Amino acid sequence: MGSVDVFTPVLMGIMLGGLYALIALGLSLVFGVMRLINLAHGDLVILSSYISYAIFTYLAVDPILGLVITIPFMLLLGFLIQKYILGRGFAISSETPLIIAFGISLVLQNLNQILWTPLSRGLNTSYSHMSFFIGERQFPVSYLLAFLAGIVVMVGLRAFLTRTYMGRAITAASQDKRAAQLMGINTNRIYGYAFAIAMGAAAVAGVFLGMTFPFTPTSGISFLTIAFGTVVIGGLGSMLGTFLAGIILGLSQTLGGYLFGSASQMLIVYVLVLAILAIRPHGLLGR
Amino acid sequence: MTDETILKIENIDVFHGTFQALWDVSIEVKRGEMLALIGANTAGKTTLLDAVSGLRHPSKGSIQFEGEEIGFLDPYQIVELGITQVPEGRSVFPDMTVLDNLLIGSYAASARKRKAENLEKVYDLFPRLEERKRQVAKTLSGGEQQMLAIGRGLMADPKLMLIDEISLGLAPIVIDEIFRALHKIKATGITVLFVEQNVNRTLKEADRAYILERGRIALSGATADLRENQEVKRAYFGVDTCEVK
Ligand SMILES: Nc1ncnc2c1ncn2[C@@H]1O[C@H](COP(=O)(O)OP(=O)(O)O)[C@@H](O)[C@H]1O
Ligand SMILES: [Mg+2]
Repeated sequence: MGSVDVFTPVLMGIMLGGLYALIALGLSLVFGVMRLINLAHGDLVILSSYISYAIFTYLAVDPILGLVITIPFMLLLGFLIQKYILGRGFAISSETPLIIAFGISLVLQNLNQILWTPLSRGLNTSYSHMSFFIGERQFPVSYLLAFLAGIVVMVGLRAFLTRTYMGRAITAASQDKRAAQLMGINTNRIYGYAFAIAMGAAAVAGVFLGMTFPFTPTSGISFLTIAFGTVVIGGLGSMLGTFLAGIILGLSQTLGGYLFGSASQMLIVYVLVLAILAIRPHGLLGR
Repeated sequence: MTDETILKIENIDVFHGTFQALWDVSIEVKRGEMLALIGANTAGKTTLLDAVSGLRHPSKGSIQFEGEEIGFLDPYQIVELGITQVPEGRSVFPDMTVLDNLLIGSYAASARKRKAENLEKVYDLFPRLEERKRQVAKTLSGGEQQMLAIGRGLMADPKLMLIDEISLGLAPIVIDEIFRALHKIKATGITVLFVEQNVNRTLKEADRAYILERGRIALSGATADLRENQEVKRAYFGVDTCEVK
């Protein structure tokens, strides 16, 4: 460790945090609007990674360009999942959708297992293993791309939620469902849109995750854990909070590894999540 | 006020689960009038407004708006027809700005085309909302939040405005201001149905009133007559004044 100065883990942590935030944004949106912890979120992100993998491998389309297919596909899938599966659960009780989401998670893991085998895959494009340099220090390009994508999606989601009628309706429904209904907002339909948009964000996350890390059909669980920590620290439902929290987690992971060795880096992340929750139960920017 | 009926509620029963909150309630609202609904806590006032707004559906009876049956419609469809509700406790969207709260009021397709015009009207009615339009709603005072809630309701371009607990928790000077605004709203041709627990005040402001007791209509009539009514005097202004004062 001694040969590397602290600048390297700091920049790595910030970029990694951008990816974590990107993965967590959809989870945050769904929780903020529907009060649902979408236990299938990690698997839906990984599903997007596999779809990008298929597009890249079989159609030879660059995964970033392939987003023109992956995003609409995930938008539609999200809308249908909410409309035909989760939405019906909400009509039964508020816990039912949580159990349904767990079921979706298991189905997706097994589906991915059957379709792609348990082998580890990656989106190995020509540029995903390239490096860029700052002085003598070397950084992976894929981290930088993931970080930039995180910013674009966060800024885009914020603009959408505050500037458009549909976005404002989603925000309103998340702050006060009854009042939103009285404003003429069809909250059931709004839930469908919100879930769809969260899945659009998951599609982007899946692509950049796949370029940064190898993934298997069960990778969704570990990324759900990280996303959940991110969302909880950021304050559920806050896009900016989610982004900052992602960076905090990324930094604590790389700095933890730098200071205490890579074996303990995830432990440090989880201890930090618990500590922040003990001090600020509603997260850093939570309501 | 005209003689034309804008809203006709006929013999409705409304349940919360197994609990019956309204019993055989009938109410008629005339276009252009200011009608009050009076009653103690838990009498069923909010339930009645929610039934009109489509948040609750009657298990029996009918609700007609401009001659059309609306008892089975969803809230967003009711808003499209021109009925808006200013809910109890204001329920402004706390983390949205004043302006965004107002804009979301014009969400219904029927209201969007008159958004700019209605926004101007709201600012005329409550200049304070224009001064604070960039402020986040939760930082407003109670009175300002009520103005915002009413303004947001007006943005829906309503024909009928339902206002729940109009003065609850507000200072007397603010209550005066709200009632002045209400009369201006009425003067623009919007029919107003408001819920209020202060009987004295209500009988001064409204044209007619219905008194709801434990889920049933106990009395109704022109406020001028109700002020002289012995039963009202005994129940609401007598020595053993109850909580509604
Ligand atoms: N969601 C609910 N579930 C069960 N009972 C309810 C619910 N809402 C209201 N009630 C009951 O219905 C009755 C009427 O309530 P409400 O319409 O809110 O009265 P008011 O607005 O006149 O104070 C009360 O007895 C109340 O306890
Ligand atoms: Mg009430």
